Amino acid sequence: MTDRYRETFRDEAGEILCELETALLELEVSPGDGEAIGRVFRALHTIKGSGAMSGFDEVANFTHEVETVYELVRCGRLPVSRDLINLTLGARDRIKTLIESSGGIDDARTREIVAAFRKYLPEEQGDALSISSNCRDITYHIRFCPPADIFLRGINPLALLKELAELGQCRITTHTEAIPALEEIDPELCHLWWDIVLTTTRGMDAIRDVFIFVEEDCELRIEAAGQGEERDRTVVGNRTPDQEPSAPDTVSSVRVRSEKLDSLVDLIGELVTVQARLAQLASARADVELDGVSEVVERLTWELRDQVLNIRMLPIGTTFSRFGRLVRDLGEELGKDVVLSTEGAETELDKTVIERLSDPLVHLIRNCIDHGIEPPAVRQVAGKPPKGRIHLAARHSGAHVMIEVRDDGSGIDLDLVRNRAMAMGLVGAEADLNDKELYGLLFHSGFSTAASVSNVSGRGVGMDVVKRAIDGLCGGIDIFSRPGEGTTFTLKLPLTLAIIDGLLVKISGDFFIFPLSAVEECIELHKTDAEKAHGRNLVTVRGEILPYIRLREQFAIAGKSPEIEQVVLTEADGQRVGFVVDEVVGEHQAVIKALGRMYRDVRGLSGATVLGDGSVALILDLPQLVQIEESLAC
Amino acid sequence: MSRKIMTVDDSATVRQMLSFTLQDAGYEVIEATDGVDALEKLKNEAIQMLITDLNMPQMDGIELIREVRKTPGNRFVPIIMLTTESTEQKKKAGKSAGASGWIVKPFKPEQLLRVVKMVLV
Repeated sequence: MTDRYRETFRDEAGEILCELETALLELEVSPGDGEAIGRVFRALHTIKGSGAMSGFDEVANFTHEVETVYELVRCGRLPVSRDLINLTLGARDRIKTLIESSGGIDDARTREIVAAFRKYLPEEQGDALSISSNCRDITYHIRFCPPADIFLRGINPLALLKELAELGQCRITTHTEAIPALEEIDPELCHLWWDIVLTTTRGMDAIRDVFIFVEEDCELRIEAAGQGEERDRTVVGNRTPDQEPSAPDTVSSVRVRSEKLDSLVDLIGELVTVQARLAQLASARADVELDGVSEVVERLTWELRDQVLNIRMLPIGTTFSRFGRLVRDLGEELGKDVVLSTEGAETELDKTVIERLSDPLVHLIRNCIDHGIEPPAVRQVAGKPPKGRIHLAARHSGAHVMIEVRDDGSGIDLDLVRNRAMAMGLVGAEADLNDKELYGLLFHSGFSTAASVSNVSGRGVGMDVVKRAIDGLCGGIDIFSRPGEGTTFTLKLPLTLAIIDGLLVKISGDFFIFPLSAVEECIELHKTDAEKAHGRNLVTVRGEILPYIRLREQFAIAGKSPEIEQVVLTEADGQRVGFVVDEVVGEHQAVIKALGRMYRDVRGLSGATVLGDGSVALILDLPQLVQIEESLAC
Repeated sequence: MSRKIMTVDDSATVRQMLSFTLQDAGYEVIEATDGVDALEKLKNEAIQMLITDLNMPQMDGIELIREVRKTPGNRFVPIIMLTTESTEQKKKAGKSAGASGWIVKPFKPEQLLRVVKMVLV
């Protein structure tokens, strides 16, 4: 039992430590920020409290020492200094170590940090900590279940809630579970009840006053929670035992192992497939009743699919907050003054995408600090503020999420890129490359424009890794740079990896799927046109000559190609390439299935999906197909 | 929108004090001297709130509340009763008649406004 608590605590502490770090970094930027101080304090407080509850006494004791000092900071008796922030960041790391290790670690470092913190305490320490409670925010959990006939007494609960909201920081959860079906609803009765988390300095009496007229007839419970604590999950913990069991639970979140979700998504995939078969069968039978059922199943399946995929969505903010520390530490190491700002932290993305996005983002940010942002002195000469800025932004755009990494550094010197590329033999001296193609060179393996190799970057490892990781996520990356003003990397990522919008095509009897995001257009290819090109696989599209790849040849599919074939024009790796297929069937939402162990290493395919009739369609990996063709040509 | 509050009290002093305070705070006030007068005036006026004394000639507060609650337009109107003696019994009677809340006399203007704000959205 304790083990389970310990694991939950580890999970939770991970999040809180992230929050602590973010808050500390914000506090460093604006040392007087009361809200940031409050956040630091709350984070410490929560770790201490839940640590002690889950058997991490060492963590609790250690955190207590830190908290004691922040108690002083919160009351304005101790100013925030850079030293204190540094020390606290160290303590934060120490807490992390303590939580992750299962005992038996050298505690000399712990004692050292504790001693450093104790130096901040005044002599009359005990005295300092007894702060009168009226200056203090106290959080109350209030449950307010008015009697159904409250309206008939001329009382509008809304007025009471407004009144409450004026007392302090207030979060109100409305419970709508008791609302009956529309035909049974009595509009003169109140079917709602509320849970309110209120943080106020006004005390219990002020809250009671609000409810003075209804107190006797309604179910009202007001409980003080831990000071300054405002996480709603504590609502659950502080529930009194005398509560009637019939009241719906107020749990706001449940932790589930991610494997469970993955298998759920797998099952949904199967269900979608079966449903498609059912639909096909139903339409073939021309049976109205079966059709009706099939349609309902279809609707439910899609709804279920959306819901399940939605569960896996997480805000990207947790990833963002990790970078604050990275930027700070790297900046310090490289002698640059850099701040990180973020935007759109609440943007949601599939959990797997977020996990796999972290490394590429780290690479990009390192790059920005090392290559982009200039040292303070250089920046001042250029008339810029000495502090460099890196901006991380995320936003939704259709079925995609755009993530921007922007710096206000020196930008990319395209001439330098061109020269390096020539020196490395990537391009010929006469090659006339446009900006986009030049930027594309940055993603070439081994390419680096850094004059010197540093600890951080310059070894030419990085951008190609980023590119590969983003490709692996079915995403794209764009660079925009203005010399002297900075560089912007824009990542375009799909919301989820479990399902892609695809273009279904057919070659002989086999089906294939193009990721629709890569498809630009489809054109016809007449046999006579192909012959006119004298065996070269080139096609002219509105004056532009484009190469194409015959998938029939690439996959060695037997049979004769039809008179008129279709060319699917795609953009892969910054170049436009056509793929010749027999027939374009249409758009298809493909639930991606991984290929079995035997086929995992087959190049040119990224997965498979099952079609409505039970047959399999392979999902094409376009960049790889282009690579295979290029290596054959060489 | 200006909000209309009806005050019912047989004491002119109390009526005046109520009117001053409420008008100062931006409410429109209609005065009535007792329950019968109030019901008569309610026939032509739509109000957002009613404040009534309990002990009045002709028709007392409790009965007024009961009557007001019967008129279709005023079933959900907040009604505040003014009680001199804060006896539980009176309060209970008022509440079961349909009063929303009460103010114990004597009261200060701030107390009155606070209560008004509490029941009037």
